[in-house]
Amino acid sequence: MSRPESPLKSMDYSVVQQCMHCGMCLPTCPTYDATQLERNSPRGRIALMRAVADDRLKPGRSFAEEMYFCLGCLACMTSCPAGVNYAELFERARAEAEASRALASPFRSLLRRVVLGWLFGDLKRLRLVGVLLRWHQQSGAQALLRRSGLLRLLPARLRELEAMTPTVQSRFSASRIPPLSPARGTRRFRVAMLTGCAQDLMFSDVNRDTVEALTRNGCEVATPPLQSCCGSLHAHNGEWAQAQDLARRQIDQFPPGQFDAIISNAAGCGSHLKHYSKLLEDDPEYRDRARLWDSKVKDIHEWLARIGIDPPRPERPVARKVTYHEACHLCHGQKIVTPPRELLRAIPGIELVELPESAWCCGSAGIYNLIQPEMAGDLLARKIQHVRSTGAAVVATGNPGCLLQIQQGLRREGLDLRVAHPVSLLAEAYRDEA
Amino acid sequence: MADLSKCVERLRALLGSANVLTGPEDLLCYSFDGTAAMRQLPGVVVFATTTAQIQSVVLLANELRIPLVPRGSGTGLSGGSLPTPDCIVLCTARMDRILEVDSANLTLRCEPGATTVAIADAASEAGLFYPPDPGSMKISTIGGNVAENSGGLRGLKYGVTRNYVMGLEVVLPDGEILWTGNKCVKDVAGYSLRDLFIGSEGTLGILTQALLRLIPKPASKRTLVATFNEMEQAAQTVSDIIAARIIPCTLEFLDRTTIHCVEDFAKAGLPLDCEALLLIESDGHPAVVEEEAAQIEAIARRNGCLQIRVAQSEREAAELATARRSAFSALARVAPTTILEDATVPRSELAKMIRFVADVARRHRLKIGTFGHMGDGNLHPTFLTDERNKEEMHRVEIAFREIFEEAIRLGGTITGEHGVGLAKKSFLPSFAGEPSMRVMRELRRVLDPRGILNPGKIFD
Ligand SMILES: Cc1cc2nc3c(=O)[nH]c(=O)nc-3n(C[C@H](O)[C@H](O)[C@H](O)COP(=O)(O)OP(=O)(O)OC[C@H]3O[C@@H](n4cnc5c(N)ncnc54)[C@H](O)[C@@H]3O)c2cc1C
Ligand code: SF4
Ligand code: SF4
Repeated sequence: MSRPESPLKSMDYSVVQQCMHCGMCLPTCPTYDATQLERNSPRGRIALMRAVADDRLKPGRSFAEEMYFCLGCLACMTSCPAGVNYAELFERARAEAEASRALASPFRSLLRRVVLGWLFGDLKRLRLVGVLLRWHQQSGAQALLRRSGLLRLLPARLRELEAMTPTVQSRFSASRIPPLSPARGTRRFRVAMLTGCAQDLMFSDVNRDTVEALTRNGCEVATPPLQSCCGSLHAHNGEWAQAQDLARRQIDQFPPGQFDAIISNAAGCGSHLKHYSKLLEDDPEYRDRARLWDSKVKDIHEWLARIGIDPPRPERPVARKVTYHEACHLCHGQKIVTPPRELLRAIPGIELVELPESAWCCGSAGIYNLIQPEMAGDLLARKIQHVRSTGAAVVATGNPGCLLQIQQGLRREGLDLRVAHPVSLLAEAYRDEA
Repeated sequence: MADLSKCVERLRALLGSANVLTGPEDLLCYSFDGTAAMRQLPGVVVFATTTAQIQSVVLLANELRIPLVPRGSGTGLSGGSLPTPDCIVLCTARMDRILEVDSANLTLRCEPGATTVAIADAASEAGLFYPPDPGSMKISTIGGNVAENSGGLRGLKYGVTRNYVMGLEVVLPDGEILWTGNKCVKDVAGYSLRDLFIGSEGTLGILTQALLRLIPKPASKRTLVATFNEMEQAAQTVSDIIAARIIPCTLEFLDRTTIHCVEDFAKAGLPLDCEALLLIESDGHPAVVEEEAAQIEAIARRNGCLQIRVAQSEREAAELATARRSAFSALARVAPTTILEDATVPRSELAKMIRFVADVARRHRLKIGTFGHMGDGNLHPTFLTDERNKEEMHRVEIAFREIFEEAIRLGGTITGEHGVGLAKKSFLPSFAGEPSMRVMRELRRVLDPRGILNPGKIFD
């Protein structure tokens, strides 16, 4: 059963029935906050899903658009006293939207096939694109193109996208991190590290920093050079079969029994990686391993807090104010709230200033900023305004999507702040030790 | 319906297309409120942001004889904002400005869509206090609060919404705009029309502005949690506290089932090994608070409480209050359908009522979680059931009837704060009695001769 006829109808009805429409989630939902329209709220969306499951509503274009207007930020799950599993409902609803083909157009289908199927289906290809992009950026071709004025010929939307293309790093993870990094000192744990896709291309330094922080704290780290995508992008965009396939590949590559933990440093991936057992529940061959896998996946902050880190003793601690933005899929998706803050506080020189509305989505939300630029832009502006109010010199956040989005927002406002993964700040402090 | 499509066209002209919703996906989302197992699609949903717009919608509804149902955030628990077939739902949630905080007269003026929490925050910023705090305060609107005369966790000492309404602007069912009340603490010029509109559940007029009374912020407060092995010990503690002439700001009660659900969600560190829990808050002058808290503690201990925890910080106290506010929704963790009741009895009868509820649940083989504002005798026995199980739902209905009858027998009421709406409509006549019913019916007919506003709610 790769993709059932109607993902919502085939779902356990109690999941959708769990919502007792009390409305307690409404004030925490960014899209409801923006429009105050009930359909743009968790309660409204769940009502639509239930109506589809009940056969009271035919999932058409309007339904599909609504499900793609939802950020998938899961703030509603944190605020729901009734314990509604919105994450599952959301994935089902997007799969339903795809199954209905209500949004299908030749261009969209092609784009989805290229991006989800081709590009993220095999990371060798993603890396190839990365290499091309890197050449484009470093050879001066991008600068030339931007100066030439040729871009003005593009439609506004494409021009914005061009401006958003992230800078690809000069080296990817595989050339920075050996397949096996021994623990420094006594080996206490054996862990595997997932390099991620966006992380690998744009933030391979974060991967290197993660490995350093791990080895410094007694972990031996396995980092195979060729990894596949975790499939979160696929699951969140209604491509179940592909997501299942990618999950199986991960489990094959990292047999969970061989590691104390499987580490992710990208909140969006981690939040998905921890639910393979749900994804593969109908697969007798993988079911048990998927369960073990789920229990082994740990976000880097979570893992470091669990094993207890050796506080860094840098020779030249840098005194600075740091503020912390909570990636949705860390705080809402994985309920990891204090470990990143504790990690930052453990670094000498850092003064942690709380960010107002720190757990409010920044608008990155996977590829949301590409498909809903207006809503994403509003959320970003709100985030940057709060960042500015803290007077911090550094914004720390544990997800590549948020890192990129906030970098983009700061650039747009001409603000000169650094955006960094907490683990990078930690690794820097370790590097400066005697 | 031909009338409806004409109506939609006119509404678009009045409000702009963006404020008139007719798509099935939109209508579906306004086909329910916070009440369990009730659903009805409206004809059209509109948003208004000015009194003049609301007036124009009311006039149109009169002209075309189309029912009009006011709605705030749809958290009501008696079906008050549930649509009637082919009606216009008029949502005032977007009309949400705080217009004025008057520190000299201790008042706040706002539009109907302002949320309770926004009002409390605005008051607090001026160093003042707006006490009514329904569990839904983060999203419920003042329009809904006034229309339901909502209570909250602080009702015992500070009263309910009615005690804080000084004036109202109302669009009457025939389209006329009326102001009632003012900033004077005293005012006996004519009937108090203001009081007529409070608790009118959207049947007598549409609230377009509220003038609210604020009070000085209490200088200090102390929050305690006391747990007991038996419900009756908790009930006795409450009675003893009141008998000792202590009126704490909050005296909330949770039973075992509710405690477990709430802790599951809020992770506030509630003790789980007990049958009953009291959340008590004392506020006021620091010396008084100190003394009251000590007395309360002594009374609780005398009644055999298991454990007393005193919140160590403002934050911990707020966490406990938030945990309590989530009680109703948290109970949904146990069963898909949660039907809560609102029966209220004089405080002296509380222990009896609690015993009765437990007995009813046993006799009808129903699962029940009870929590509530114990200090004001307002309990929320909540049946944990599944609306798809028709046989069980039938038993729930019978159980309700018995609970209501007992509440009335003990000198109580069928609803303390959630209103009659649709949910309790059939119980009202026997409770209120014919003379009251007649006066209510005639009043409504005078104000709304064409039966436009929220028809079918409270009574026909
Ligand atoms: C989790 C939860 C906890 C709750 N806790 C409490 C509590 O502690 N105490 C309590 O008393 N209630 C409580 N309630 C019930 C509910 O929140 C209140 O009745 C609240 O006042 C409803 O506000 P609303 O904006 O959601 O109104 P709605 O539900 O939209 O409407 C309620 C009624 O008001 C009318 N109305 C709305 N706006 C207007 C207007 N502008 N003009 C005229 N009529 C209008 C509607 O027609 C309807 O009859 C709770 C509900 C939930 C879901
Ligand atoms: S999702 Fe949860 S909080 Fe939101 S309406 Fe449903 S039950 Fe209430
Ligand atoms: S996931 Fe985020 S945007 Fe979507 S309904 Fe929940 S809170 Fe709203």
